[in-house]
Formats: sequence, C-alpha cells, structure tokens
Amino acid sequence: MAKKEVDDRFKKFGTVSFTAITKTNDFISYLEKGKVMGTKCKKCGAIYFPPRSDCSGCLQSNMEWFEVTGTGRLLSYSELKYGPVGFEDDLPYTIALLDYGDYKVFGRISKDIPYDDLNVGMELKTEFNTLPNGQINYVFKRP
Amino acid sequence: MGKVGIIGVGQSNFVRGYPGSIRELAFEGFKEAIEDAKIQTKDIDASIIASAPEYDKQRSPAGVIAEYLGLIPQPTFYIESICSSSSAALKVAYAMIKAGLHDVIAIVGFQKMSEISSSESQERMGRGADIQWESPFGTMMPAYYAMYARAHMAKYGTTGEDLAKIRVKAATYGQINDKAVYRKPVTLEMFTDPESNMSATVAKPLRVGDCCANADGSSCILVANEEKARAMCEKPVWILGLGAASEAVNMAGRDLLTGLNVGIEAGKQAFKMAGVTPKDIDVAEVHDCFTIAEMMAYENLGFAEPGEGKDLITSKETYKEGSIPVNIDGGLLSKGHPIGATGGSQIRTIVLQLRGEAGEMQVKDPEIGLAHNIGGVGLYGNVTILGR
Repeated sequence: MAKKEVDDRFKKFGTVSFTAITKTNDFISYLEKGKVMGTKCKKCGAIYFPPRSDCSGCLQSNMEWFEVTGTGRLLSYSELKYGPVGFEDDLPYTIALLDYGDYKVFGRISKDIPYDDLNVGMELKTEFNTLPNGQINYVFKRP
Repeated sequence: MGKVGIIGVGQSNFVRGYPGSIRELAFEGFKEAIEDAKIQTKDIDASIIASAPEYDKQRSPAGVIAEYLGLIPQPTFYIESICSSSSAALKVAYAMIKAGLHDVIAIVGFQKMSEISSSESQERMGRGADIQWESPFGTMMPAYYAMYARAHMAKYGTTGEDLAKIRVKAATYGQINDKAVYRKPVTLEMFTDPESNMSATVAKPLRVGDCCANADGSSCILVANEEKARAMCEKPVWILGLGAASEAVNMAGRDLLTGLNVGIEAGKQAFKMAGVTPKDIDVAEVHDCFTIAEMMAYENLGFAEPGEGKDLITSKETYKEGSIPVNIDGGLLSKGHPIGATGGSQIRTIVLQLRGEAGEMQVKDPEIGLAHNIGGVGLYGNVTILGR
C-alpha cells in the first residue's frame, strides 16, 4: 500500500520553521510564485492576514485567497542584536509591522534598507524573499 | 455572598541558579505563607499550582508539588498563563471559594528558569510567540516590547532616558528588598556609558538595563472564605476586584501599539468590580518585565493619561513618597521575574503593604492596593485590587 502523502509545505517558511502541517499550506505555493496572500471568508467577507482556514466570525471554513498588494504604513520596528537558536547567521535583523488598512502584516525589513533610514509612518511594500539557507519568507522593501 | 480574604503570603528568595528541585523551591514560598497565616497544612482543602510548563522537565508538576507540600489527597489544579499564571490562579481560587466548593485554597506559583540549559532556554524563547507566522522571522520577547517602545516614542516623544528612569527607581527599591535577585544601584549615566553593561543594546531601542532580571523563585498566597478568614487571621486582606483579559497572539491582530489592551481591559473590570477608580489606589505593583511595560501600565491603568507616563516617572510620583507608589519592592526589573511565581509575589507585596508590614519598603498607610500582571507580550492580563 502506498504511503500516505504528507503535505508539509509550510516547513519552508522562515529561517527556522516551527510547524510544517497546516491547512493554509497553499500560502507557500503562492509565495514560491512571488505572491504574498491572505484569506477572505466567502460567507461574511472577513479578511485575515496572516491567513486562516477558518472564520471566527461566522464559523465557516470556506475561504478564498487574496494578494497583499500596494504599500503599508510602518507602525513599528526593532533591530535585534540577539536571536533565538537557529537565527544567529541572520543577525542583526529588524522585525516590523505594516498597516494595510484592512489588515496588518508582521515580518522583517529588507536588509537593503539601513536601520537609520526607518521611520514610523513610512510606506513599505511586502515582497517574496529567499533566505541564504534556501528557506523562503517575505520582507518589507521600499516601494 | 461573603468576601474572599487573603490570610497568608510567602515567597522564596528570588535567585540565580536555585540549588534545589522545583518541589523544594515551591516548598520555600509555601512554608513562609503557612507560617505567616499561622495555620496548619490540613486546614487547606485545595491547591492551585501555577507555572509556565516550557521551563519544566517534570510533566504535570501540580501533583508532584501538592504531594511534596503535604496537600494530598485534596484536589490540586494547574493554571497557566505564562507570566501571569499565579494571578490567573487567584481568580480561579476566588471563584471556587465563592461557589462554596472550597474554604481555604493555597496558590503556589513557581519557576525554576535554570531547570533547563541556556541553549534549551534560547530555543524555547524562539517559540514564545505565534510559532506559525511570527517565530520563523526570529522574534524574541525583548524585540516585541521594543516595538511597543518604538511606537510609544514615535507617538508621544518618550525617550530612552525616560525609560531608564523606571529602571533607576526599580534598583532603588531592589536594594532594600532582601528577597530581590538584583541588589545593586543603577544610575541614568550607566545607560549612556559604553563601559556599562546596562547600555548594551538588546533589541533597539531597549538596552540590557531596560530588561528584567531572570530568577528562580516561588510564591504562595493563601485565600479563604470570609468566615474562615475572620476566624483564622487577625488582618485579612480582602479581594475587592479581579479583572482578566486576553489578546491576539500575533502583532498583526492588534490595534494598539502604545499600550497593552489586556492591561486596559483587565483594569476596567477590576476597578468596576471593586467600585474604585485609579485615584483610589494607594500602592501598586505593575508588570515591569521591561521598562516600557511599566510606562504603558501607568497609562493603561489610568495613573497617567496616554503619553504622560514619562511625566509621572520624571516627577517621581511613582516613588515611595509619591502620589501613586509603584513597584516599591524592586519590581520584575530588580526583584526578578520567575515567571509562574511573579503574580503571587506582586500580590504578596501588596498584602504586606496593606498590613503595614513592608518594612523599609512601607508606603504611608495604604488602604487600597493593586497588582497588574501580564502574561507574554500582552497576551494575557490580570489586575487584582485588594483592600484592608
């Protein structure tokens, strides 16, 4: 009997992925095509980023994907001088939160923006990124 | 329905590298509370054990600790909300007593942070957030609070020096608390002196001096129904208000970045239940895991308007002699932060203050006190209001 196929696409997400099995695994396939996607509830229209497979508003599990496009406003950020195990080679790096109005996106600032150029309120875009260790994520860049 | 009273409090010394097991550590806080209450172990008819399990090697520590403390065959329960575990346990104990299920309950909070190696600890820290969507970016607890600090600075003009003033206050009182892990003074100059460790960046804009001291420790709070409390205790301290709240784990799910919603929400609930306002609070313990956390607590609890926390610390109104003394035991910054024990330690401090037994740390004649205890990066919040 053939071994059951395990959908563990999410193990590719981030410098270190801590969970591989999720119903939102299509996020990874979209990301590999350069698209950062969230989910929208087909019944009540609730918008989710990070994407979810279930809607807490109407308890339905019927989602469609939407693409994160345009720019978001930088709400806050911090540059880390120490990281958890597995992130040592990335240091220093800057985590940040962008506000897109209907939703927010948490991630990292692209290395090509110097820390001193960052300001709360500036507009940045979210873009697919390949990490040095072959893993994938997304980063915030100048529009 | 009658009131619920605190009849005894205890805590171990907060130390680095406790030379004993978790049950031996829990015993220290428990014994002090039993002696404080002048009761027998057999008078306790249930226990609640509180800790953050990721630091434990022992699976399901409640039973192991209940047995070690001589609290079997009474029921024991395990409550966890990371750093606010023992405050959450107090709320559960209150409910069980009000329901008439139990008369006297021991809440034992503990954490032996040194139970696991520092590399194991570092690995766990990486999983301290939303492990699916945030941890893969390499997040750390200080960096999240640093994001709150950056947002507070951008909106209100708060400075690194304003934050440093909170650490200077904590160290002022850590020196007179013989149970504190960090007993040394801290000056504002250290934060700008490259030779001082206090000035070293952890996650911009937070420095080593902005971060609390890790420690091993335990705490114990003994609570009883009104009848038992009056019979057993000369100076019971009454639970007047309890608030508890939760928040989105992912930063993307949060609307406020200059304060913690859980602190605001839990505070509102506790003030309403107690029928008091922030102006009525004579002494407070707030969750200062980082300096910015204390600054936000001033504003979230209504001791200062949003953005005016910096004025409160600059005018020294949160010092012992000020209008609203805060963390006069050194706080998490200097007393130390053994996760599961912290809430119980804060409540112990308020109880001692209200009984007039806080020694050198005693605030002048307080009648109503408040403890504000946060779990994670504002993931959970508990506010407890106590009165004589």
